[in-house]
Amino acid sequence: MEQAVTADKKRNRSKQSGSTSKKIKKLASSTIYHVLVTLFGIVMIYPLLWMIMSSFKESSSIFRDADNLIPETFMFENYTNGWKGFADYSFGTFFKNSFLITITATIGAVASGVIIAYGFARFQFKGKNFWFSCMMLTMMLPYQVVMIPQFLIFQKLNWINTILPLTVPHFFGQAFFIFLNMQFIKGIPKEMDEAARIDGCSYYGVFTKIILPMIVPSIITTCIFSFMWRWDDFFGALLYLNKPSSYPVSLALKMFADPSSQSDWGAMFAMSSLSLVPVFLIFIFFQKYLVEGISTEGLKG
Amino acid sequence: MKKVRQQRKPSGGIRAVLCHEQAAGYVFIAPFIIGFMIFTIIPIIASFLLAFTDYDILSKPSFIGLDNFIKMFTADSKFIKSLEVTFFYAVVSTPLRLLMALVVAMILVRPSKLSAIYRAVYYLPSIIGGSVAVAVMWKQIFSSDGVINALLMSVGIPCEQSWLGNKNTAIWVLILLSVWQFGSSMLIFLAGLKQIPRTLYEAAIVDGAGKIQSFFKITLPLLTPTIFFNLVMQTINGFMAFTQSYIITGGKPLNSTLFYAFYLYQKAFTNYDMGYACAMAWVLLVIVASVTAILFKSSGRWVYYESKE
Repeated sequence: MEQAVTADKKRNRSKQSGSTSKKIKKLASSTIYHVLVTLFGIVMIYPLLWMIMSSFKESSSIFRDADNLIPETFMFENYTNGWKGFADYSFGTFFKNSFLITITATIGAVASGVIIAYGFARFQFKGKNFWFSCMMLTMMLPYQVVMIPQFLIFQKLNWINTILPLTVPHFFGQAFFIFLNMQFIKGIPKEMDEAARIDGCSYYGVFTKIILPMIVPSIITTCIFSFMWRWDDFFGALLYLNKPSSYPVSLALKMFADPSSQSDWGAMFAMSSLSLVPVFLIFIFFQKYLVEGISTEGLKG
Repeated sequence: MKKVRQQRKPSGGIRAVLCHEQAAGYVFIAPFIIGFMIFTIIPIIASFLLAFTDYDILSKPSFIGLDNFIKMFTADSKFIKSLEVTFFYAVVSTPLRLLMALVVAMILVRPSKLSAIYRAVYYLPSIIGGSVAVAVMWKQIFSSDGVINALLMSVGIPCEQSWLGNKNTAIWVLILLSVWQFGSSMLIFLAGLKQIPRTLYEAAIVDGAGKIQSFFKITLPLLTPTIFFNLVMQTINGFMAFTQSYIITGGKPLNSTLFYAFYLYQKAFTNYDMGYACAMAWVLLVIVASVTAILFKSSGRWVYYESKE
């Protein structure tokens, strides 16, 4: 014991003598670290900054001084021009369509994800492992394999050019969201369910009174991911929507960017920047949940 | 448990059934089973059958045996090209992105007051990276009068070429877009790094191991399960990539960026060659399954699984 103390003292003394040079070294290394990490961060978001800044430049000057990040004068004309949209429909229509599809699909994804997760997490029944494996396999199944028959089914149902093909499937559970909520439900002590059962609660009562209030965080995570993915979804819209009146923003942007329709890059960048706003807001306000969701997704191994 | 259940005998027929554990489990997963049947199983069977037919939506499908598959590998040079391009893209971009993610995660794991901001900045591209807006932006950045050439010019390297117009560089522009989105993998690695017990590193220091040694002997082995899982999932996604090819390059120039999923889409919805497209989808499934199987086979050699005591 005493030996340890003297050894400690010795170490402290030697620390003090070299402390100033060490401090300088530490400061230097931490400065270099922060400078490098910041520089690389700027490189990472430069493309984005460039697009946003360009949306405030005069359309004709965007490519002429592409190497100047900051516009000489900030102008908002691109936004008013872009908002007019094309084919008689403004971006107001496209944003409305996007919100409608995204919110409906998200409601479906959350409701089904939570209900199915409860079934898998809390019940022992015959065939459970089989269905669970089926669910996990759907995560690895290339969408292309089911794409054409699904298209034919929706065509038979006369669902083309409606939001139904883009929303209805989400009411039947998506593997990732089921898995996410399952992990969360498994973290709730089973004794709570059992206590409620003894008090006369049915399984359905346990679900609404015990489980649902406890898994609010994973419900929020589900909402966020579903919202972001649906908002960005482009392929589904490309397959099922072919009237400009029903385009969501993602598809409208693609059509807007077609060289045949126009080349007003200022307006293009303005609408692109605007389309990123909802996802960007989620990113700012719900980062914690995003990180959590991503970690459950990726750490399964 | 069982006794408790027997004591409370629910009254009535349907209620009794619904309150049985077996049945209640099925009630809750019923949406999945129904959806799985309608949106997965029936389409899988249909697409398998259509793969052996000639079908253009308007007329009835006619059975042609293996003709679609034979044509693919013998008479369709565009198909072979798209296969090559997609393989190259998936096999190059996924490891590069994971490597980038790991390196940055190792750098950011060092605690600092600003690390939350750094993490957010590096993560942002992968949040928005899949959107049409970013694809359109990427296209303009690498165009002949885009920001890359402008920046090169300002540091004295005149460059007139369009990165997307050159058949050798176009695919790299798409790979770069994929690597740019390393942020979510980085977060996964950061979470994995935090799970490694500090005591291991302390023990390594006592044993006289340096930083590099403890990285290769502790950090990397303990991360391999995470790396493996992400490698599998992201490689699969790489094979299914569509948006980049469709929006940024349109498969041009000279089909050098013609992704498999894009060519399949063209076959199905431009040429209405649905039978052929279904056959292509099954080839894709076989490829994805084989790649996954190969990765799993190889995992015994390099993935470290902690023995559970």
